[in-house]
Amino acid sequence: MTASELSQSAARQQAEQVVDEEEARRARREMWEQIGKWTLPAIVLFLALFAWDRVVVWNQIPHYILPGPGLVLETLIKDWPILSDALWVTLKITMMALSVAVIGGVGLAVLFTQSRFVEMSFYPFAVILQVTPVVSIAPLIFIYVDNRLAGLLLCAWIVAFFPILSNTTLGLNSTDHNLRDLYKIYGATRWQRLRYLQLPTALPYFLGGLRIAGGLSLIGAVVAEYVAGTGGIGSGLAFRILEAGYRLNIPRMFAALILIAVTGVVIFTLASLLSHLLLRKWHESALKRES
Amino acid sequence: MTGIAPIPPMGSRDKLLEMSAIDKVFNGNVVALRDMNLQVNQGDFISLLGPSGCGKSTALRLIAGLMRPTTGRILWEGGQTTGDLGVVFQEPTLMPWATVAQNVWLPFRLRGKSYNSVKDEVLEALRLVGLEKFGKSYPRELSGGMKMRVSIARALVTGPRLILMDEPFAALDEITRHKLNNDLLELRDKLKCTVIFVTHSVFESVFLSDRIVVMAARPGRVSAELTVNAPYPRGEDFRTSPEYAALCRETSEALHNAMNEHGQVPA
Repeated sequence: MTASELSQSAARQQAEQVVDEEEARRARREMWEQIGKWTLPAIVLFLALFAWDRVVVWNQIPHYILPGPGLVLETLIKDWPILSDALWVTLKITMMALSVAVIGGVGLAVLFTQSRFVEMSFYPFAVILQVTPVVSIAPLIFIYVDNRLAGLLLCAWIVAFFPILSNTTLGLNSTDHNLRDLYKIYGATRWQRLRYLQLPTALPYFLGGLRIAGGLSLIGAVVAEYVAGTGGIGSGLAFRILEAGYRLNIPRMFAALILIAVTGVVIFTLASLLSHLLLRKWHESALKRES
Repeated sequence: MTGIAPIPPMGSRDKLLEMSAIDKVFNGNVVALRDMNLQVNQGDFISLLGPSGCGKSTALRLIAGLMRPTTGRILWEGGQTTGDLGVVFQEPTLMPWATVAQNVWLPFRLRGKSYNSVKDEVLEALRLVGLEKFGKSYPRELSGGMKMRVSIARALVTGPRLILMDEPFAALDEITRHKLNNDLLELRDKLKCTVIFVTHSVFESVFLSDRIVVMAARPGRVSAELTVNAPYPRGEDFRTSPEYAALCRETSEALHNAMNEHGQVPA
């Protein structure tokens, strides 16, 4: 190798480490995106709260019409014993409904994929249950079902189970046809095919359904309680909102509303986290793109 | 997968299975295969070569037992109607949620064998395809060629009597394809297995096989059968030899004839 060739290759090596203008711009943009991802929503939220507070103060709006954010927070703390009890009740119904929806939805989906005839016979019922607004069925349910908790649970379940059923059914039917042939060639039993092929294939679909069903079971629980309407011990957040409305206790309505919203966000986040943990090793949705 | 004896010359091989007078008709009027007769002997490397629609994949699915012939029958040596086999599809067909080793374990797993009881076989199969270090990787972490190797390892792992390959390398780039062709021949030499290989590439079929079954379309049927009289092992030397070129020309002509022949039944 001659001296000039050596220096050329050295220059090339150096050039490989140089970041050109375009790359530098991309790196800067990525950095700002990373920062903005968390700070932007925080800033906007803070500004919104501030604006809310100023509107209330400057216009001297009375607290029984629109309380300021400070008062809502104060009420949240002051009424915590009542609200936390109500939150616990709502949470309990939501979680039980979601569990039953998961068991029922996945169970029915498995049954549907085992027999076309079962699917043909019962799928219409599932659709009818889904498209009928729960508010309109709920009064009937509370007439027929004596136990209040069971009634609430049933309402929330009706709302929540369909996305799990339909997503899981889709997933169980989405197996790779070559893999299905392979299983057939190796003489797999129905159970082996379900356990090793169909259920793993359906997992991402199921988790998508779970994210929707989590929010829906909360909505179902709240709506059912509005309809059920009975108060006293064992009432959830929806009842507290109604009650506070009758008494024009607007700050407490806001406080209860915030608790419901936060619960919804927490459920969604937990479902997303679960999804990420289960899929991160292999599924496209959980993979980081290499640019 | 322990074979010690060398593959006997073509005239003196034992019969493995025989397809006699196979017809396959779809939907009552689409003739996918007409009067196919084929004797497969132990140690054969047979290529089914032909244009699309010639029924070569149908023939493979019939042998695999995924379909039944409309008329005619397939009889394995010993009078059985099915036999143990391994399959490699055009796509790697791996389970994305399972590691490479778990994918290779599948044929055993479906026979109720725990991973630990067949661990040695699984690792040996991975070693044969050169992926012994990738057992714990997930398929998405591998290149297209490596995924295909996993698929081959899975087909080999139980030591089947027959391996069916349905255009396995068609989706790979030329360089990877050459490498895999070389490695496949090496494997076959080591394991003495019988292979039926579906392809639409003249060059691939000549390089790999000792028998080429040229098929014609509409209706799908066997048009010619050629014997490739070139000794194994074959490597890059063979690929560049005039002998190889001549065989390719001969096969190419047979394929050309098959495509110009008119079928007895208009499509």
